[in-house]
Amino acid sequence: MAEEVKLFGMWASPFSRRVELALKLKGIPYEYIEEDLSNKSPSLLKYNPIHKKVPLLVHKEKPLAESLVILEYLDETWKNNPILPQDPYERAMARFWAKFIDEKLLPTAAKVSHSTGKEQEQGVEEVHQQLKILENELKGKEFFAGQSIGYLDIVAHVLFWFYSAGEASGVNALTTEKFPIIYEWIEKLIKIDAVNECRIPKEKHQDFIRLRRESLKSASK
Amino acid sequence: MADELVLLDFWPSPFGMRVRIALAEKGIKHEYREEDLRNKSALLLQMNPVHKKIPVLIHNGKPVCESLIQVQYIDEVWHDQAPLLPSDPYQRAIARFWADFVDKKIYELGRKIWTTKGEEQEAGKKEFIECLKLLEGELGDKPYFGGENLGYVDVVLVPFYSWFLAYEKCGNFSIEAECPKLIAWAKRCLQKESVSKSLPDQEKVYGFVLQLKKIFGIE
Repeated sequence: MAEEVKLFGMWASPFSRRVELALKLKGIPYEYIEEDLSNKSPSLLKYNPIHKKVPLLVHKEKPLAESLVILEYLDETWKNNPILPQDPYERAMARFWAKFIDEKLLPTAAKVSHSTGKEQEQGVEEVHQQLKILENELKGKEFFAGQSIGYLDIVAHVLFWFYSAGEASGVNALTTEKFPIIYEWIEKLIKIDAVNECRIPKEKHQDFIRLRRESLKSASK
Repeated sequence: MADELVLLDFWPSPFGMRVRIALAEKGIKHEYREEDLRNKSALLLQMNPVHKKIPVLIHNGKPVCESLIQVQYIDEVWHDQAPLLPSDPYQRAIARFWADFVDKKIYELGRKIWTTKGEEQEAGKKEFIECLKLLEGELGDKPYFGGENLGYVDVVLVPFYSWFLAYEKCGNFSIEAECPKLIAWAKRCLQKESVSKSLPDQEKVYGFVLQLKKIFGIE
C-alpha cells in the first residue's frame, strides 16, 4: 500500500522534511521521490503546476501542495497519533504559531543565511527577537504541543536547520546561552527516532549553504 | 453562559471583511469595534502583541489572530450553522490550498498596482490577472468556490472585490474585461446579505486609497 502515498521532496528543504516527519510519526507508508530543483521532474510540474515546488504529496493520484496544508490533510485522513489539538482554540493557537514560523522567522533566518555585514547583523537582531517570542510558547511544557510531540513541534523542527546554517554563514543566531529552553526542546526531539530519521545531514547541508552564498555573491556582482 | 465575541477591525481591510462574512453567514452575535490604525487601542496591542494588527477576534476574552485562522476557528466552533469548509479531507485541503494562494498573491499584487507606476505596475497587473484567471479555473462552472453554497474560498477571496475599482482606476485597466467569470461570481456573492453587509462600497474604498496615496506621496 506504499504506492498509495508518494512524497516529492528535497533533502535540504525544511518544508519537505516536515512532511516526512509527520508521515513517520503517524506510521504512514510512503514512497519518497527526491527532486532536483534545478531540473524539476515532469511529474512534479504536472501535479503542482501552480507553485512547482516541493513538498508535494500525492495520495491515490490526488496531489496536494504546501506543507501546512499537507500536515492538516494527513491528520484528518489518518486518525491515529493525532498531531493537531482537538480543542478549536488550541488548534487556532497552533496554526497561529506555525504561520509565525513560516512567514516571519524563516524568511528572516534565510536573510541571515544569505547576507553579510550590516544586513546580516540586522537580520540576527530580528531573528533573536522572533526566537524569544517563540521560546515563550515552550515555557512550562515538554514540547510545543504539550506532553508529547505534535503539529507545532513538527513545524518548528526547522529550527534544526539553524545549526548548520549558522556555522556555514559565519554567524549562529540560535545559541544555548540565549535560548536555553529551545535547546532543551531540541535535546528532547532528537531522542525520538522519527525525528532523527528526518534530520538534514549536517555537513552536506553546510556545503549546500556555502555554495548558495557563493552563487548569490557572484550573482550580485 | 452567553458567548462574548468582539471583533477589532478596520472598515477597508479585506482581512476583516472575511471575518465579518463568516460571522454573518452563521448568524453569530458579536460586537464590532472600529480601530484607528494610526492610534491603536490598548486592547488591540494587548490582544495581538506579536503583530499588532487587525482583525482580532476576542472570544470570551481569548484572542484569535490572523483572518484565515479566525475563519477556520469560527467554522469549527459554530460547526452546525452554514459550514464553510467541506467535510471531505481532500476537498478541505484543496480549499485551504486556494485560500493560501489568495493570501500569498492577491493582496501583494493588488498593493503593487496601486502603489507603483510604469514597468513595475505593468508587471503587477499582468501577474494579478494571471492569478485571477487561475482562480477562475478553480471556480469552473460552479456558482461558488464552495459549490452550491458560499464556502471558505469564497469568504477568503470576495473581500478583494471591494478593492477592484481602486485597482482598476490606479492601474488603468478593466478586470471585468479579462475575468468576466470572476466578476459574475463576485456579484453573485454580493446578492447574499452576509457579503453585501460586510463589504464597503467600491467608491468608498477608492476614496480611501486616494487618501493613502496622498499621505504616502504616491502619485
